[in-house]
Amino acid sequence: MATYSIAITVNGTGRTGEVEPRLLLVDYLRNRLGLTGTHVGCNTSQCGACTVLLNGQAVKSCTVFAVQATDSDVLTIEGLATDGTLHPLQQGFWEEHGLQCGYCTPGMIMSSYDLLTHNADPSEAEIRHALEGNLCRCTGYQNIVKAVQYAARNGGLNDVSGRASQEETGGTA
Amino acid sequence: MITGMFEYHAPEEVQEAVALLAEHGDEAKVLAGGHSLVPLMKLRLATPSVIVDLNRIAALRGISQSDGSVTIGAMTTHAAIEHSADLKAALPVLPAAATLIGDPMVRNRGTIGGSLVHADPAGDWPAVALALDARMHLVGPVEERTVRAEEFFVDLLTSAVEPGEILTEIEIAISVGRFGMSYQKFAHPASGYAVTGVAAILVLDEASGCADCRVAITGAGATPVRAVDTEAALKGTALDDGAIAHAADLAVTGIDFLGDLYASEEYRKQLVRVYTRRAVIAALHSATRGTGAVAAKTI
Repeated sequence: MATYSIAITVNGTGRTGEVEPRLLLVDYLRNRLGLTGTHVGCNTSQCGACTVLLNGQAVKSCTVFAVQATDSDVLTIEGLATDGTLHPLQQGFWEEHGLQCGYCTPGMIMSSYDLLTHNADPSEAEIRHALEGNLCRCTGYQNIVKAVQYAARNGGLNDVSGRASQEETGGTA
Repeated sequence: MITGMFEYHAPEEVQEAVALLAEHGDEAKVLAGGHSLVPLMKLRLATPSVIVDLNRIAALRGISQSDGSVTIGAMTTHAAIEHSADLKAALPVLPAAATLIGDPMVRNRGTIGGSLVHADPAGDWPAVALALDARMHLVGPVEERTVRAEEFFVDLLTSAVEPGEILTEIEIAISVGRFGMSYQKFAHPASGYAVTGVAAILVLDEASGCADCRVAITGAGATPVRAVDTEAALKGTALDDGAIAHAADLAVTGIDFLGDLYASEEYRKQLVRVYTRRAVIAALHSATRGTGAVAAKTI
């Protein structure tokens, strides 16, 4: 079966590669790029563990083919911290004990990131509505909500506004 | 879970997509948002050997308004509808219902056209499209045609779209006068699909009685249906509690109810009565308060 050339900007770095069209975006990120922070949970579009931002919108990367993401920007959990400093959302999950096993956390954070791009100061109800597609089996969600509120209070998405300047090119999948 | 192998095409023009479908015939499947098709492909319940991905056809996305109607491109996502200021003003039940679909990630990828063509018996858009008397524009290799929502949902997971055709646009007349709209949904707690969903559109007369109405139901049977007996019973009434309750009880007539492990036929029947009443009351409130549409979900 034919392969297809793709070019995707992942966390600011241009990546190119040859893929079978059936390769899922999540498998491309994890297995080809080694970005294993994006998790595979249910693999049926339910749990949200595989959530990444595709051109700024949160999507379930287990339900998008990598070939569909060509010429797009992808942001994963690995793209949030800058120079070893946690992103406010990551800091929020740390400070508010927003995780136990941590499996759902990257997806929770990427969905929350999408929320904060639309709504810098979300209410508790808005946070819960925004996280409807992310399942956590440990925490009971309360501390996850607090973590997002912490991030909104402490810089929100401001930390990553300088991201574009860090873009590199090159790198082959 | 890995899908079967397939050849992938991402045309940038509708005509190119139609030509690809003509070339590959039954082997080909159209990919819209992918949130029904991709899971089916992973389970190998669908094994198309050719995928025609519509995501790069810019002409299929967007919401435009003219001459008393709104046109929504088939590849417009649920999220784009949810956040559309134009729709909030013109046809508020659309954004209101969109917020109840799946979850934010599903809404960022899933499309109104994909949902309508898939014709899932528990989908949300079919009821809303029926209640709004939406017109579906289809483009095929030979001709273009328009199908009314009434004739669009043929059977379980079967729409009127013929092999080789693509749904390009959904056109909906903008309601005029004092109107109210609502979509009320009882959602399956795990999947988020509608166990029952009811869309109601009311047009009020000068005395705040019912001048006109349309009520449609999803999740009850194999296809979405209009509750014609309910509509007839509401028209001309003062929309008092008694009239609404009586009309809502008639919503179950003519439906061949489906039952499953989660909700039996009898339970669905009761849900239809209750959610029809709620939808009509909520539409009435939105009309009398002039607050656009109301949508609500119970899990």
